[in-house]
Amino acid sequence: MTALGFELTVALRFLREGRMQTALTVGGAGIGVAVIFFITAVLAGVQADLISRVTGAQPHIVVKPPEETVAPLIAGGVGLPRIFSLQARPQRLTTIDGWQSLLQTVEQTPGVRAVAPVASGSALGIKGDASRSVLLLGTELERYLRVVRLDDKISAGVLQLGPGDALIGIELAKDLGAVLGDRFRVQSAQGVSEVFRIRALLDLGSRELNRRYVYTDLRSAQSLLGIPGRVTNLDVSVLEMMKAEEVADRLRTQSGQLIEDWIQTNTFIFSAINNQNIMTTLIKVFISIVVVLGIASVLVVSVVQKRKEIGILRAVGATRQQMLRVFLWQGIMVGVAGALLGSVLGYLLIVVFSHVLRDAEGQALFSLVYDVQLIGIVVLAAAALGLLSAALPARNAARLDPAQAIRG
Amino acid sequence: MGGGEPLIWLQGLRKTYNAGLPNEEEVLHGIDLSIQPGEFTALIGPSGSGKSTLLNNIGLLEAASAGSYHLSGRDVTGFNDDERTYARHAVLGFIFQFHHLLPAFTALENVMMPGLIGQRRGAGIDGGRRPATDLRARATTLLDAVGLSKAYDKKPQELSGGMQQRVAIARALVQEPQLVLADEPTGNLDTATSDSIFALLRRFNREFGTALLIVTHDPRLAERCDRIVELVDGRIASDRANVVSQS
Repeated sequence: MTALGFELTVALRFLREGRMQTALTVGGAGIGVAVIFFITAVLAGVQADLISRVTGAQPHIVVKPPEETVAPLIAGGVGLPRIFSLQARPQRLTTIDGWQSLLQTVEQTPGVRAVAPVASGSALGIKGDASRSVLLLGTELERYLRVVRLDDKISAGVLQLGPGDALIGIELAKDLGAVLGDRFRVQSAQGVSEVFRIRALLDLGSRELNRRYVYTDLRSAQSLLGIPGRVTNLDVSVLEMMKAEEVADRLRTQSGQLIEDWIQTNTFIFSAINNQNIMTTLIKVFISIVVVLGIASVLVVSVVQKRKEIGILRAVGATRQQMLRVFLWQGIMVGVAGALLGSVLGYLLIVVFSHVLRDAEGQALFSLVYDVQLIGIVVLAAAALGLLSAALPARNAARLDPAQAIRG
Repeated sequence: MGGGEPLIWLQGLRKTYNAGLPNEEEVLHGIDLSIQPGEFTALIGPSGSGKSTLLNNIGLLEAASAGSYHLSGRDVTGFNDDERTYARHAVLGFIFQFHHLLPAFTALENVMMPGLIGQRRGAGIDGGRRPATDLRARATTLLDAVGLSKAYDKKPQELSGGMQQRVAIARALVQEPQLVLADEPTGNLDTATSDSIFALLRRFNREFGTALLIVTHDPRLAERCDRIVELVDGRIASDRANVVSQS
């Protein structure tokens, strides 16, 4: 009994004595924690799923050459005739000057995970009588895979981009009447054409992309598009997706190129996700408040029930501070026990519901996002909440007048 | 504690409840009292005479409203709650009428509790109490002495009233206090049990030289104390030495 010290020993014993009360509060806290766990996991899963669906084959950030603009010959000013309209010039296939050094700069920018050079432009895919308009993307596969994960989008075949190899969308293959291993011809607007062998069929997450995308090696695309040695854009992936805008801003000031991030091009998803996060944070805060109130109310009652015991302990020499700590410990222990119980319950909820909640294709709506670090954080947070819950009851206990408390 | 210095020395002690309110009430009207180390004193008087209040004041559970109080040579009149608690822990032991044990703890743990409370506090703060290491030994020795060597691990509710009061006596003595304050220690016990409890208190008084101040209604018990102080209406009505015919 002496090893734990007075406060912890008495706190534990009081909790054990009020078995039913303790079980109920721990249960209540546990359910709160489980729900927090559950919505965190579901939301993370659903959002990750949503983002990967919408942005599927899109890089987080695209670095492009600045748009060519028409400069007015007469500058507008006081007393000068105003120019009412400027005709935008048709945009040619523009390329990035000095892309090799820019690639290194981008690569070293904080927040950037990977960069890949891309030469892309429209072309025609031809097989026999069938011809389809396609988007030709020439890149270095090894770099590109660190920007866009094509490996989990393979429908058939293997990822391989040597000279003469192509990876195409599954719909395009259907339209062309081609199967894995077939050859087809790509003809560019410049009139150049080359034959490629289909090495893999890709499901890029949307019909539009599946119908249009043709990946080839960088050099082939460059020569087809008539831009040997040059690239039309650099595709970038960032470490934290939701912070793509910050990284984009950094790149913008650094490079002087046109920078597009996925948030810009998908504003609606980003704001939807943001709103979702605000709502769930609110829910979590309210659940935490309910847990705190639950623990606090039981401890308040417990202080009243234990009046006499508190009086005895004070009479035989316990200070106000010591009584305070006895009840603070109870709050902490209930909080931690609730968090541990809640972690287990939350895990079960996630397992069960990952089987129940499925999308249209029968895939689980979210994957098991459940890391040990999260449990650690939750346990610490619960201890803090328990401490907070116990503050008022503990103060009541410490303030009890021992003479009155003993009288009953 | 020099020669002849009183253990308790009260001068003009007053206690007022609800001071400043319409229901203000003075319960103790200037008590002058001193108790010597090792004295075995009965405090008697009708109910409502202020016995419990006086006991609570001497026991530092309450602070006096006026007057002065020296405990073991130290002026404790102006002590704050913490200082009173430390002084109480260092010098005093308590036995209450309804034994007041902690139901969640075993008999042995109840006896050890005062020691456990002081265990992690600064060494000097309680006036250099003995180390915690022999706490368990002291507690078992006392339980043996009160005849409960077989009840160490029993919870209070498994013990009879007399046994519970024996545990309370052991608890009051575990810190080897200079004075034990007992409020109707035999109040709810039958005569035979009450006699044996009283005999136990007398024995510890003689063996350890512990002073006792016993509040009692029972004139039979009061007559077995060395000194009888009578309180009437918040004043000391009589204070006389009593020659005990036999133990």
